[in-house]
Amino acid sequence: MGKDRKLRILVAKPGLDGHDRGARVIARAFRDSGFEVIYTGCHQTPEQIVNTAIQEDVDLIGLSILSGAHTYSFPRIMELLKESNAEDIRVIGGGIFPLEDIPKLKGIGIREIFEPGAKLKDITDWVEQNISPRKAVAFEGK
Amino acid sequence: MLKKVVPSEAELERMEKEHGQWLEEYKKALKKMPERLNRFSTVSDLETRAIYTPLDIAGKDFFEDIGSPGCYPFTRGVQSTMYRARLWTMRMFAGLGTAEDTNKRFHYLINHGETGLSTAFDFPTLMGYDTDSPLARGECGKCGVAIDTIDDIQRLFAGINLEDVTTSMTINPPASIIWAMYIANAENQGFSRKRLGGTIQNDCLKEFIAQKTLMLPPEPSLRLVTDTVEFGTREVPRWNTISISGYHIREAGATAVQELAFTIYDGITYVEEGIKRGLSVDEFAGRLSFFWNSHIDFFEEIAKMRASRRLWARIMKERFGAKDPRSMLMRFHTQTAGCSLTAQEPYNNVIRTTTEALAAVLGGTQSLHTNSLDEVYMIPSEEAVLIALRTQQILADEIGVTHVIDPLAGSYFVEALTDKMEEEANAYIRKLDDLGGMVAAIERDFPQMEIADAAFHFQQQIESGEKTIIGVNKYLSERPELEFVLKIDDEIERMQVERTNRFKESRDKDRFRKAMDELRRRCEGPPCWDNNVMPALVEAVRAGATEQECCGLYREAFGVYTDPGTF
Amino acid sequence: MDIVEQIVSGNVRATARLLRDIDDEIPSARAILKELYPHTGKAYVIGFTGSPGVGKSTLVDQLATRFRKEDLTVGILAVDPTSPFTGGAILGDRIRMQRHFLDPGVFIRSLATRGHFGGLTKSTNDMVNVLDAMGKDVILVETVGVGQDEVEIANSAHTTVLVTIPGMGDEIQAIKAGIMEIGNIFVVNKADREGSRKTIRELRNLIELGAKRRNGDDWEPPIVETEAVKSRGMEDLHEAIRNHRSFLLSTHTEKWREVLEKRARIQLMEALREEAFRTILARMEKDGNSFDLMVDQIVEKQSDPYTLVQEIIAKEMG
Repeated sequence: MGKDRKLRILVAKPGLDGHDRGARVIARAFRDSGFEVIYTGCHQTPEQIVNTAIQEDVDLIGLSILSGAHTYSFPRIMELLKESNAEDIRVIGGGIFPLEDIPKLKGIGIREIFEPGAKLKDITDWVEQNISPRKAVAFEGK
Repeated sequence: MLKKVVPSEAELERMEKEHGQWLEEYKKALKKMPERLNRFSTVSDLETRAIYTPLDIAGKDFFEDIGSPGCYPFTRGVQSTMYRARLWTMRMFAGLGTAEDTNKRFHYLINHGETGLSTAFDFPTLMGYDTDSPLARGECGKCGVAIDTIDDIQRLFAGINLEDVTTSMTINPPASIIWAMYIANAENQGFSRKRLGGTIQNDCLKEFIAQKTLMLPPEPSLRLVTDTVEFGTREVPRWNTISISGYHIREAGATAVQELAFTIYDGITYVEEGIKRGLSVDEFAGRLSFFWNSHIDFFEEIAKMRASRRLWARIMKERFGAKDPRSMLMRFHTQTAGCSLTAQEPYNNVIRTTTEALAAVLGGTQSLHTNSLDEVYMIPSEEAVLIALRTQQILADEIGVTHVIDPLAGSYFVEALTDKMEEEANAYIRKLDDLGGMVAAIERDFPQMEIADAAFHFQQQIESGEKTIIGVNKYLSERPELEFVLKIDDEIERMQVERTNRFKESRDKDRFRKAMDELRRRCEGPPCWDNNVMPALVEAVRAGATEQECCGLYREAFGVYTDPGTF
Repeated sequence: MDIVEQIVSGNVRATARLLRDIDDEIPSARAILKELYPHTGKAYVIGFTGSPGVGKSTLVDQLATRFRKEDLTVGILAVDPTSPFTGGAILGDRIRMQRHFLDPGVFIRSLATRGHFGGLTKSTNDMVNVLDAMGKDVILVETVGVGQDEVEIANSAHTTVLVTIPGMGDEIQAIKAGIMEIGNIFVVNKADREGSRKTIRELRNLIELGAKRRNGDDWEPPIVETEAVKSRGMEDLHEAIRNHRSFLLSTHTEKWREVLEKRARIQLMEALREEAFRTILARMEKDGNSFDLMVDQIVEKQSDPYTLVQEIIAKEMG
């Protein structure tokens, strides 16, 4: 039917850091752009994040982290997506990262990194331009 | 003399006329060159006018509302002498890597003139997990020091005289446990618990509201806080058992008024809990301390701090019937605003921090942490910390602002803004009363939503250019490479896990089991002195219990809380 | 394996994807639903409704834990509102269900109302069927919980649990106003709070009033007191649900039949509405009868919606 598919995005905070100001602000911005946002709050393990992304069938995972624990959690999330044959779910990150870590994160498949000072509009525009809802499940019928 | 502060009717009339004339002139001038901004407002979006006059503080009573330093309602400061006798305590928040790494940083700071210690713990410690927890992967020592056992605490404070220096520990749900480790270690080193001075943050309510270091539901959290208050009152009389914190509320995006109101209401809640436990207000209220954020809007911060003293004094006297003036004192620590720092052109952060620190000094703080210029990226490097500490020392010794007490008193603007802060905070306090208190309000997500709305509003103001951050939305700049960068080695995680495992193997199993059984018995019993967890905790950590083992017991006894996370 | 086989064998990814297609009203999803239908009918469906803040998600979370103890697998559908202004939504019910994120025996899906009223989404019943076909033993459905007219759940669930908390005067009013009839079990959550006795008393009076209207052998809704955050009262709630189920299944088989009919009726109605609408719209398009053109005619007062519908039916269905 003529309806557009809605983009579904998981906003998650890996690790034990509870500073959720940024995650909450971006979740609102995504909602206001017409996306469906699944928000799981703070203190998520990579395993929880990937399971949620799959059960919720999201197009994109937005990870927010300020603690420096991304060196563990980001690669682990990418690894788990691969193991689950869910590499079509794309991942972006927001927060504070040492400069030399940014190319490394992009190297493991993180699509984009948004640093402090990034505008909400830049982020939502990027999503609109780069992420489209996936195609319907193929079914031949009987 | 005092007649000038409270003008007569004739004088008021003349002032109004004069003000009207000036306004005419001002409007005329604006026709040639209009105002630079559509609207002038503070960083919290409180609108400010072009000038303030005696009219704005007409009706204020010097004796009732301003008074003298060290006198009720303490608007001008909690001591009569303030910085002329003793400067604020320079207390730099520090914690990185292992206990040894942080101990080294403590000594470095003391050697450069710091006068009090302040401990930052890593996330697993803050959340009540040992380093070997699967939830702690990748976090060890990253944002503070990793503490699992009393053994770590011993290494953390090695070579420091714990009766001489006061120690602040920023820890919340597991505060009772870490404090027990501190007391047990100090006694092991030959110090007396009666002479230990310091602060545990131990402010569980603001965790639900803002910082989200969550462990137990609100009610058992309050019970544990009250256990520490009761224990401190009886056993560790020089200790501040709660540092009621606005800092994190502000960092989460609250306005100055929200920070003030929610924090003071948290304070009200703790006092009520203490009274419920059977303590009299004057027995414990004097050991409650506060913690403010000093944000970038200079006058708003000064007004907030002045208003906070007056508000608290009045609440303690009028709401709780406190008699001892010490119970009415709003003594507070201040930290400059982490969220005001920018990753772009980080050297500008020194200027921001200096301004914020100056506001804290003019606001009459009792102790101060100044952020380092690189704190927006990571735990500060030694080089950056030194600049931050020197900033305080320059303010203290070079520029003369410490010579006169509350020098901004009587400024029409500062007094009017102080009144406004008090008035708006009182409106929130009434609202929270109507909602049935802070715990009920938290369960309805009221403070959380107010803050989330303010944070979103501020972000929109930044994006529209209505508010300015240099390097971010004006004079845009790229993030540079910094010359000094502190790295925490991922390898220390493995070392710390091994060390804690060895420690656990070496402990006396029977003594440990007995201590844990006693702790469990107390957790399960109704709250009272006989079931106060603190004496049992001191024994348990001495017997080798790890932080996570004690927290595990709490979680079993009291249940686990997760953020409602509504929008 | 095709998608039907994957779902029937419990594949999470395939199930999640089909749910999305259903939600997005993709036509091929209906063909898959048709193939899945023979595999449904085994799950027991429990609905939870009540105002915001009464603790529905926490109850669902706790009850899921309880069912897992019996080794029953659990599907959860949690509905949150879509913003009427932007069409977006923030779905946060999962937050209170975190302990199940790693349990392969629990499947959780967050849904947005997308403009649908009545407490559920347009596609909730279809999704229940998918989770049923996937092999979940128990399916817990949490309504959006914003309005007082959330009665749809009663047509979807075998057992409907109505949740309230002490001190919500309005809640009792709403119950009086009509949603009383849909509750098979009443839960007073946060029962340690002040006013809990009063709430229970009021509920009991309402139930007794209702009893006068019911036959003697009817189910009498029990009131269960819980403190979900502390896991208190969960055994009682579990037992109440089990009692209701055996009431339907063994004691009063005609009641079971009623429930099955009620569920079948709503599903047939929804499928018919959906398919009829889709068919007519497709034919209109084929005949070059533009929907937008008709909208223009109404706006310009050249015609009216009633006449146009009559014309459409006569032309496309005649």
